[in-house]
Amino acid sequence: MHEHDVIVVGAGGAGLRAAVAAHEEGADVAMVTKLHPVRSHTGAAEGGINAALREGDSWESHAYDTMKGSDFLGDAPAIETLCQTSPDEVIQLEHWGMPFSREEDGRVSQRPFGGLSFPRTTYAGAETGHHLLHTMYEQVVKRGITVYDEWYVSRLAVTDHDDPEDRTCHGVVAIDIQSGRVEGFKANNGVIIATGGPGQAFDHTTNAVSCTGDGPAMAYRAGVPLEDMEFIQFHPTTLPSTGVLISEGVRGEGGILYNANGERLMFEYGYANNDGELASRDVVARAELTEVNEGRGIEDEYVHLDMRHLGDERIIDRLENILHLAADFEGVDGLERPMPVKPGQHYAMGGIETDENGQTCISGLYAAGECACVSVHGANRLGGNALPELIVYGARAGRHAAGKDLGEAQIQTGPSAKSEDGDIGSPVPLGAVDTPDEDVAADGAAVDVETVISKAVEAENARIERLMTKDEGLQHAEIRHKLQKAMTRNVNVFRTEDGLKQALRDIREAREAYEDVYVADPSRTFNTDLIHTIETQNLIDVAETITAGALARTEFRGAHWRAEHQERKDDEWIKHTLMAWNDGSPELYYKPVILEGEEKTYEPKVRSY
Amino acid sequence: MSTQIPETESESEELAQSTEPEHQQRRMAEKRERRAEREAEAEADAAAYDETIHLKVFRYDPEVEGKKEPRFDDFHVPFKQGMTVLDALMQARDLFDSSLTFRHSCRQAICGSDAMFVNGKQRLCCKTQISDLSEPVRVEPLPHQEVVKDLVVDMEHFYDQMESVEPYFQTNDLPAGEEQRQTRENREKVKMSTRCIWCGACMSSCNIAAGDNEYLGPAALNKAYRFAMDEREGEDMKQHRLQIIEQEHGVWRCQTQFSCTNVCPKDIPLTEHIQELKREAVKNNLKFW
Repeated sequence: MHEHDVIVVGAGGAGLRAAVAAHEEGADVAMVTKLHPVRSHTGAAEGGINAALREGDSWESHAYDTMKGSDFLGDAPAIETLCQTSPDEVIQLEHWGMPFSREEDGRVSQRPFGGLSFPRTTYAGAETGHHLLHTMYEQVVKRGITVYDEWYVSRLAVTDHDDPEDRTCHGVVAIDIQSGRVEGFKANNGVIIATGGPGQAFDHTTNAVSCTGDGPAMAYRAGVPLEDMEFIQFHPTTLPSTGVLISEGVRGEGGILYNANGERLMFEYGYANNDGELASRDVVARAELTEVNEGRGIEDEYVHLDMRHLGDERIIDRLENILHLAADFEGVDGLERPMPVKPGQHYAMGGIETDENGQTCISGLYAAGECACVSVHGANRLGGNALPELIVYGARAGRHAAGKDLGEAQIQTGPSAKSEDGDIGSPVPLGAVDTPDEDVAADGAAVDVETVISKAVEAENARIERLMTKDEGLQHAEIRHKLQKAMTRNVNVFRTEDGLKQALRDIREAREAYEDVYVADPSRTFNTDLIHTIETQNLIDVAETITAGALARTEFRGAHWRAEHQERKDDEWIKHTLMAWNDGSPELYYKPVILEGEEKTYEPKVRSY
Repeated sequence: MSTQIPETESESEELAQSTEPEHQQRRMAEKRERRAEREAEAEADAAAYDETIHLKVFRYDPEVEGKKEPRFDDFHVPFKQGMTVLDALMQARDLFDSSLTFRHSCRQAICGSDAMFVNGKQRLCCKTQISDLSEPVRVEPLPHQEVVKDLVVDMEHFYDQMESVEPYFQTNDLPAGEEQRQTRENREKVKMSTRCIWCGACMSSCNIAAGDNEYLGPAALNKAYRFAMDEREGEDMKQHRLQIIEQEHGVWRCQTQFSCTNVCPKDIPLTEHIQELKREAVKNNLKFW
């Protein structure tokens, strides 16, 4: 068994920042990650990092933009903490050597971005995430922080109390991918989940193949509620054939969206009369799809994003990476022709329920980054707000896990925060089919640390044994592809009641098929067949929470559009969706949104751009 | 057409002599049968496409009978316009043989996971179009690195070299509460060097690195360049960095064969950077001033 003070699961932006922060507080930190840190998908983030750095801008203004962007579903304490801290964190990144793009006077450059009232997006070309990731990893190397590289965390080791709020997370179980060994990791202070997004639940996504919702699924099965999972961001500009992201920076610098008739659609059809292409992402994504649905799409599939008028010099200076992506993955020269784009799954606003200190309702279990939900983004995330979330909340979770007092959190978590019960109205049963040894927490009434971890290791070994010794059955790839297609068909930008119900049926089918899954590769060495099979289980669980929340929420808010419910219902729906696993019988309930900030209360207004 | 574990005589012999228990053998036989069925289905699917693409893929697994000796497997996967080598490998894995093992993640040339030896050249599979290659497309693990399994190589040595050049920003002179200034020209100077994605293609293509295990190699030297040329670190730190790279197995081992520059998927002028470091090192040692 390995032992450390703080164990960070995942080594993307949030995980690296958490590790450095915990290390700075004097903790012995280890990162356990299925990918080498520089391979994390944070590296694919392009656009930038929002921070109110300059004269004329303020954290208050950033906070208001974020709250408005969230369609008044973000929690004010979380948003204000983000906007107050982001400038310091950006300066910190620069002090660590991050190569930001610069103004003539040598200061960090900022550009306009969607939904922002001030050009406050700091950036490093169109490859900001790559530089953030590498800069953060350099700091981990500098400090000599332990990294278990290519170890796949597949289970949390949690005590077996009835009430999740009485449980404690003592560590994790991980598979050494290279050798197939399963080992326990004991965390004396805490475990921080920072595993990134669940985009692989969808067919057309900007997310990496590794973004499989491992963290949320494990936390969910251990008893932590998942929050606001129905809110999935579809980025307006992804390449049609692959889902590769074309940064919002293109529109930030002045790129224009045209339909098949060559009309500037955002203005021509009144989708956003003020901000046009720089409206919030949900608005732009719906506008594009409406164009396609009304027959004004190109090849009935996409629209054009044109940046030629910006001039070669400016494009090459600020958006060079976009030229490479368009050429390599769509065969289009962005200097000569407009780029084909369509909406694609990009980001999960929801995730593991945490407070401002990254804590979940289980003692010693934290989450930060895209896998977590504080909630900063509410019903729709603004471009340029994901990277500051990684560093601000990664750092907070790291510090708190290492024992630093960050003050009392205002956001309540766990079942005790419930304000009302919800009704999903699912046409099929949800949750576990019948897998007694799949319960993460309930490992035989264990409460003392060593037993909790050894039981979890035993349970993991039993699962692997079962998958590997099975003689026949289904391959995970088949189940995964069907699930992805079902989600993209019916849990997309436009959602209908029938479609969502069908998706729940399809997910149930995937769950039942998964009972029959087996791993064909008999080898213990680098068995990706096994790893992907376990990931597929996580995708099924996460997809179910997304779809159930979407069916229950009978209103239109942010990224969540419902054909039968075309208005935002503030009287009824300014509340967070929570879904709890309850040992295999999911329950949906709600808790209030906090609109009271430090100095003012945010009044919900009609959102127009 | 799509073969996996060819039914050769040697293999039946192997099975006959195998000390594995009977049920194990039966399982393997059944697995082969099922695989044949799957392949038949997949081939029927493939027939629906106009054409297939022929892959020849390196296979090795230290603990699986029939793969302990390295071999090549043939896969015929349905071809679609715009298909990359990574797409083809994923098809081969998902349709025919789920044990086919390779690293990949982002699919868009930023994570650096899937550098392999494709038709005799180090390339990132995800950004290599099948249509640019001649058939059969031969996919092998990166040369000069130990193979873990199939197309997966041990990257430890590469990481060690990267981390030996103090690959992190160092300065003792930070302005309080605001950013350091950096001229646009200086950022432009280090820009290409900061684009490295640690894929290892350059190191694998380098003859010197192949013959000298201690040679820092093009990626690590480029990392050193990235910091040595960054004006924010200051002159003292630059001297310190030059001392690191002018060691015996540092820049002077480079013989400017340009193979690293030729294979770099991010177009980093690696050889040029190494030569510039040599010049700086000479200036540093001559000390005319």
